[in-house]
Amino acid sequence: MPFCLEPKAFAVPTAGLAFPHPAHLLAALFDQPSTSMFAPQAAPARSIFGLSLLVIGVCAGIFLVVGGMLLYVIVRYRHRRGHTVREPAQVYGSNQIELSWTVIPILIVVMLFLASARIIFVNQSVPKPATALDVTVIGHQYWWEYRYPKLGIVTANELHVPVSDPKHPTPTYLTMSSADTDHSFWVPRLAGKMDLIPNKVNTMWIDPEQAGLYLGQCAQYCGVQHAKMLIRVYADSPADFDAWAAQQQKTALQDPAAAQGRAAFEGNACANCHTVSGTSAHGVFGPDLSHVGSRATIGSGAVPNTPENLRAFIDDPAHYKPGALMPAMHLNQHDLDAITHYLTTLR
Amino acid sequence: MATSTRVTGHLDNPTASGSHRGALAVLQDWLTTVDHKKIGLMYIGYALVFLLIAGFQALLMRVQLLVPNNNFVSPEVFNRLFTMHGTTMVFFVGMPILFGFGNYLVPLMIGARDMAFPRLNAFSFWISAFGGFLLYFSYFAGSGLYGAGTAPDVGWFAYAPLTSRVFSPGHSTDYWTLSIFLSGIGSIGTALNIVATTLCMRCPGMKLNRMPLLVWLYLVVACLVFVTISPLTAAQIMLCLDRYLGAHFFDTQAGGSAVLWMHFFWIFGHPEVYILVMPAFAFANEIIPVFSRKAIFGYPAMVAASVCIGFISLSVWAHHMFTVGMGPGPNAFFTFATMVIAVPTGIKIFNWLATLWGGNIHFTTPMIFSIGFLFQFLIAGLTGVMLAVSPFDWQLGNSYFVVAHFHYVLVGGILFMIFAAFYYWYPKMTGRMLSERLGKWHFWLFVIGFHLTFDFMHVPGLLGMPRRIYTYEADRGWAIWNLIVSSGAVFQAAATLLFAYNLVHSYFKGEIAGPDPWDAWTLEWSTSSPPPSYNFAVTPTVDSRRPLWDRKHPEETDAQYE
Repeated sequence: MPFCLEPKAFAVPTAGLAFPHPAHLLAALFDQPSTSMFAPQAAPARSIFGLSLLVIGVCAGIFLVVGGMLLYVIVRYRHRRGHTVREPAQVYGSNQIELSWTVIPILIVVMLFLASARIIFVNQSVPKPATALDVTVIGHQYWWEYRYPKLGIVTANELHVPVSDPKHPTPTYLTMSSADTDHSFWVPRLAGKMDLIPNKVNTMWIDPEQAGLYLGQCAQYCGVQHAKMLIRVYADSPADFDAWAAQQQKTALQDPAAAQGRAAFEGNACANCHTVSGTSAHGVFGPDLSHVGSRATIGSGAVPNTPENLRAFIDDPAHYKPGALMPAMHLNQHDLDAITHYLTTLR
Repeated sequence: MATSTRVTGHLDNPTASGSHRGALAVLQDWLTTVDHKKIGLMYIGYALVFLLIAGFQALLMRVQLLVPNNNFVSPEVFNRLFTMHGTTMVFFVGMPILFGFGNYLVPLMIGARDMAFPRLNAFSFWISAFGGFLLYFSYFAGSGLYGAGTAPDVGWFAYAPLTSRVFSPGHSTDYWTLSIFLSGIGSIGTALNIVATTLCMRCPGMKLNRMPLLVWLYLVVACLVFVTISPLTAAQIMLCLDRYLGAHFFDTQAGGSAVLWMHFFWIFGHPEVYILVMPAFAFANEIIPVFSRKAIFGYPAMVAASVCIGFISLSVWAHHMFTVGMGPGPNAFFTFATMVIAVPTGIKIFNWLATLWGGNIHFTTPMIFSIGFLFQFLIAGLTGVMLAVSPFDWQLGNSYFVVAHFHYVLVGGILFMIFAAFYYWYPKMTGRMLSERLGKWHFWLFVIGFHLTFDFMHVPGLLGMPRRIYTYEADRGWAIWNLIVSSGAVFQAAATLLFAYNLVHSYFKGEIAGPDPWDAWTLEWSTSSPPPSYNFAVTPTVDSRRPLWDRKHPEETDAQYE
């Protein structure tokens, strides 16, 4: 299946409002290239998808039977005009009938429970293969920190993982916690969500089957900008992933043409919160910017990473993300231009 | 049929109060009353005011979500809106309106002259009312610090550590805490009153197994209130200690536990759903038989199912926590416990179905709202089963699917039965009928609006839209669904205004109801409408579950069959 690597992101707000054909709406549930849980592309999401079809089927069956009986009764026993005023026969109950509609639901419940229990254990208590990649995910108020302890990589907001071939699985294990409030990591096409809770370590795993971009966002209310704490997971082919990792492991580029910008970056408050490897900037409150130029978006997916957006974001993050914890920097135009240029060179 | 009520009718003189006196005296009468009927009406009136306020907040949110990247309200305002909407609807609409009906109906249905503790009853109402006032006073006094928020913005379940002083400076969270604390005191007082009243004040002949099902359900609800409000109150006190006395229960920065708050909150929060929904079952148990013209099917099974739901509901709370990393064992346990509750709930639906079966169904306004309730509650229950399947919940949890599910319960289930209860008991409370014509308009407008909003709200959840976001990306395929959802809100708002108009208009111009307009069977219909302050001139005596049926059909009384 051809995969849309870069969905038509950041379209104008009115896009998609023209009423589409009903068949397209239904199709959207299953092949929307972004965030539909019914278009799974990894084992955890696929196992949930299979279970959900069973559960939806059983529930739809119950609805048809009980709802159908209800409809029948309402039509069949409606009061008709000119109907005799005598009261209908009074029936007080029947133990046999009560018993049957107690036992049948119990059987259905036990069946659904066993099916669920299987999927719970398939997802949450399988041994971790030796080939697995480890990533530490730390939730921050309105952005994601990703650390690859064995690769020595620290990055933010755009998670890169290798595609996992079912024959030689290379799943990615996410070890998660939070630096501040509760967050939740949810990429519907890869897996169910898992919360990031301060003082608690959770784990989950994903094994994307196809290369591509998988979208998601924070699913636990975490403060003012909960809405723009977006997730981008890039599943790369093994070669692409290795190339990406090699690039990220390098010390940040020191382009002589951007030396002025670097000096401004180190000389201003930027360095208090951000890290750029190989410089005096070692801050840890904000995202690591050593390779910020290689990312597609800024502000945790809020806007595309273009020089114009970057400049506006540095000037005042509230322009795109009101409530973001980074203050408006109030730099002069010269420094603003220089720092913007410097950051675009950090590829 | 009405002859048996004549005795009390002569003694009652409804004009003796009210109209001749000055407004001040009337006001003083209401402010100082300990009459369960007046307190019940005050609960209901107070809840209706908050219903309009919280409904308006929902409208504002739906305008903001009409199109992607909208700027109708700021993120800060949006977060306050959903926090206030949820808190208000649960604590200051749902609880008081259901306690209001309970206060009004329980003594009348068991042939008592008042609640067991009338002064406690008045205290409970006023302390709850003060809680609601305090919550909204936060808009004026909540900021405390320059730049800090005004109204609470931590969500209605206020997960730690968002409520700690680091993340929630100012006083808005304190207003939230105190208002819920006060409303909890009121709830405990009312629950105490209901238990004492039902256990000690029943009229001669009304054994527990002859008690109307409505009263049984209120008894179960009251017991649940004891068990669940206590941990909520404890948690609010602990939160206050964290915020002001340097305790570290939930303060994760000092080693506290965010998960502890979740357990405290949901051991309250899930039974709370049953506290709200069981009065709706109670109304259905009274209204469906009367308009089917049949006795309720399987009275003992209905009682057993209610008690069963009460107990099971205490063991399901952590299904709100399937994604917090409890591990496979607890996930499996709470999946099972949650699914099991579908069994007694199913018994109720089947018994209502069997009550309708073979009946002579009159489609009055209370009845059509009840039938809407049956269909919608069925769907709400089934989406509940889907959410109980914990792996499915890892996807659905905290998405718009959940929002759609619980609004199906709260609006499609509970609010529909509250409307049914209004149309059914308004004649008893005021002496006048609500307009049936306006009632049918209200019903159909509301049904259309409800289904436009909440049927389609499931879809963006399946497409990955989380709840509590003030805006969303344009490329996710969510826009069209949100547009439909928002459009339904307009119909619901129109229907609600029509209902409010009907309430006021019928009070002055409605048809005179008489003591028993529905040809019903329980004791409240044996006294005048509205009932005198002492309810019954002569304490009634009953021989069966349907005393008025026995009086109307002396040749074939229930007592022979029960």
